[in-house]
Amino acid sequence: MNNMALPPWASWVMLVGFMGFIGMVAVSIRRNRGVKRSLFAFPYGLWIVLFTLIPLLLIAYYAFTNKTGGFTLDNFKTFWDSNYEMRKQMLDLGVNPQDLGIARGNVNLDTLLYSLWMAFLCTLICLVMGYPAALFMADRSFKLGATLVVLFIIPMWMNFLLRTIAWMSLLEDNGLINTLLAAMGLPKMRLMYNSQAVLLGMVYNYLPFMVFPIYNSLSKQDRRLSEAAMDLGANSALTFLRVTMPLSLPGVVSGITMVFMPSVTTFFIPRVLGGGNTEMFGDLIERTFLSADNWNVGSALSLIMMVLILISLTLLRKADPEGEGSGTL
Amino acid sequence: MKKVIVLLLSILLALSVTAGLAEGTVNVFNWEDYINEDVIRLFEEETGIRVEYMNFTLNEDMMVQVRTSPGKFDVVFPSDYAIERMIAEGLLQPIDFEKVPNAAQILDWLQNPDYDPGHEYSVPYMWGTVGILYDTTKVDEPITSWGALFDEKYKDQVFMLDSPRDTLGIALKYLGYSVNSKNPVEIKEAADLLIEQKQKGIVKAYQVDETKDKMVAGEAALALVWSGDAQYAINLNPNLAYVVPQEGSNVWVDGMVIPSTAPNVENAHKFIDFLSRPDIAQMNVEYIEYSTPNVGAIELMGESYEGNPNLNPAQDVIDNCEFFHDNHDVKVLYDTFWGMVKNAK
Repeated sequence: MNNMALPPWASWVMLVGFMGFIGMVAVSIRRNRGVKRSLFAFPYGLWIVLFTLIPLLLIAYYAFTNKTGGFTLDNFKTFWDSNYEMRKQMLDLGVNPQDLGIARGNVNLDTLLYSLWMAFLCTLICLVMGYPAALFMADRSFKLGATLVVLFIIPMWMNFLLRTIAWMSLLEDNGLINTLLAAMGLPKMRLMYNSQAVLLGMVYNYLPFMVFPIYNSLSKQDRRLSEAAMDLGANSALTFLRVTMPLSLPGVVSGITMVFMPSVTTFFIPRVLGGGNTEMFGDLIERTFLSADNWNVGSALSLIMMVLILISLTLLRKADPEGEGSGTL
Repeated sequence: MKKVIVLLLSILLALSVTAGLAEGTVNVFNWEDYINEDVIRLFEEETGIRVEYMNFTLNEDMMVQVRTSPGKFDVVFPSDYAIERMIAEGLLQPIDFEKVPNAAQILDWLQNPDYDPGHEYSVPYMWGTVGILYDTTKVDEPITSWGALFDEKYKDQVFMLDSPRDTLGIALKYLGYSVNSKNPVEIKEAADLLIEQKQKGIVKAYQVDETKDKMVAGEAALALVWSGDAQYAINLNPNLAYVVPQEGSNVWVDGMVIPSTAPNVENAHKFIDFLSRPDIAQMNVEYIEYSTPNVGAIELMGESYEGNPNLNPAQDVIDNCEFFHDNHDVKVLYDTFWGMVKNAK
């Protein structure tokens, strides 16, 4: 707990990174005898170095060290066996954890699996709901398409925390929906404090990230292709299956990426809509850093999360090598 | 030429920074939303000392800041166990009580608190208890024991605190142990009790800040809360009541301390003395609505405070409660067992 602050060399690393960066800029200006266009990327590059690369290095440092700064793999063992650190501490206190029936703990692993499962469900629901919506909005004969797009975007102008809290006042036992039900003489329903409410909150928050990439790839499609298919005798179902849908796949892949990633790392929603009854991996990381004040294990958990996301991104990139559907928002 | 200008400018900048640190400033590090803003203004007007006000939300974060930024803070507001730990780490300097005459008007039972033996390093600022807030329209018996929180009668009607120390602490207390237990067997027993409570479906949610407003709205029958939140909720919904159960509970104190590296020790003493002045303490109590340790302020507020058992509990209730003590050597036990409770299905 004593060293739960940035290590003393952290500010030096930052300073060296900063100076090195300035040096590179200076060298580049000198070599090119003036400012080249690529130099315009330097503010952003500096930002990446200071606020992405160096923090990543720090996370890796914490993940592989113990509280006194020595190298260790214990933090990863704690991920695999959530009781690992506790058992060690019990032995130090002179109590045999086996006498208490404390064996391997599954809390961290279970939380990760639960998060992946929730993210999978969320992505699936978003896809099932989002694709028809995108298809509908991209249809040129539908005049209100553009209006609908705007309606989809407007809620996103509001902070997602506020939107989630707003759901709370709808779903509570004495919330708007239940008050309406009661007024109609219907029994009240349990709408909150469970996983379904968490899933609802996730779908609500992430649905636009599915709709827009698909909408973009659909509306960019050359209409003449489907017209040609029709001319050649395909009915509309066949045209969709053989022409429209395959061409929209890059958008689908991009949508899946953009929904799955934030879904896995979701936190706060389980606390607000799920009543904190089941943690997702994001909540676990937050609790490990803040309440448990354990930056080392917290960093290991974050690192595992990042590696998982990296793997799934790589897999998805394989499905959309051109990156056609990305960069749509 | 340019270089000279840059040099001059940077010297000027350095000077202005050091000027700010010299006489005339006090650097205060307090909890979020934990002071009446008018008090700061009044202090600045009366003394001419400028207040640099900074906030924290967790004792742990605050301690990291005090350790890693020596010379940044003059007055800090840690809780009891944090004061104990900071004393042990040598982060605090003794307070010169001759310079804070107002601090003499402190409740008797806080004159020599066990988190600060000898009462050398801290002056109490606010205090409170942990107890049960219940809705009298949903509960038809007197609530006197923690047992109510574990009673299947209140299935799906209980809010617990999303905080390992408090929730495991009251479970320990219900089982007849100390809230500071360091015995793994006892801590496990408390965790098992909480897991059983959750598996029976008694707990509706684990939350912190949301509880008070939800209790006002009638979302649950019982809730584990801090006395300050209870008072806030009762003010808005008169059907609510608060009790510190008979098994005893946790009583907490947030104190004012001076870090050993404080640059403006004189001003720090002046600030602490100012906040201990009865009329100023009253302003803060009426704003924050926690209990005050300040006898003078209590006299000024009279019956409105003294007649309120939530803010001013009987002495035997307080005597039945324990302070939290520093538990860093068993913290991993509390946190790991808490993870099991939170993820029990």
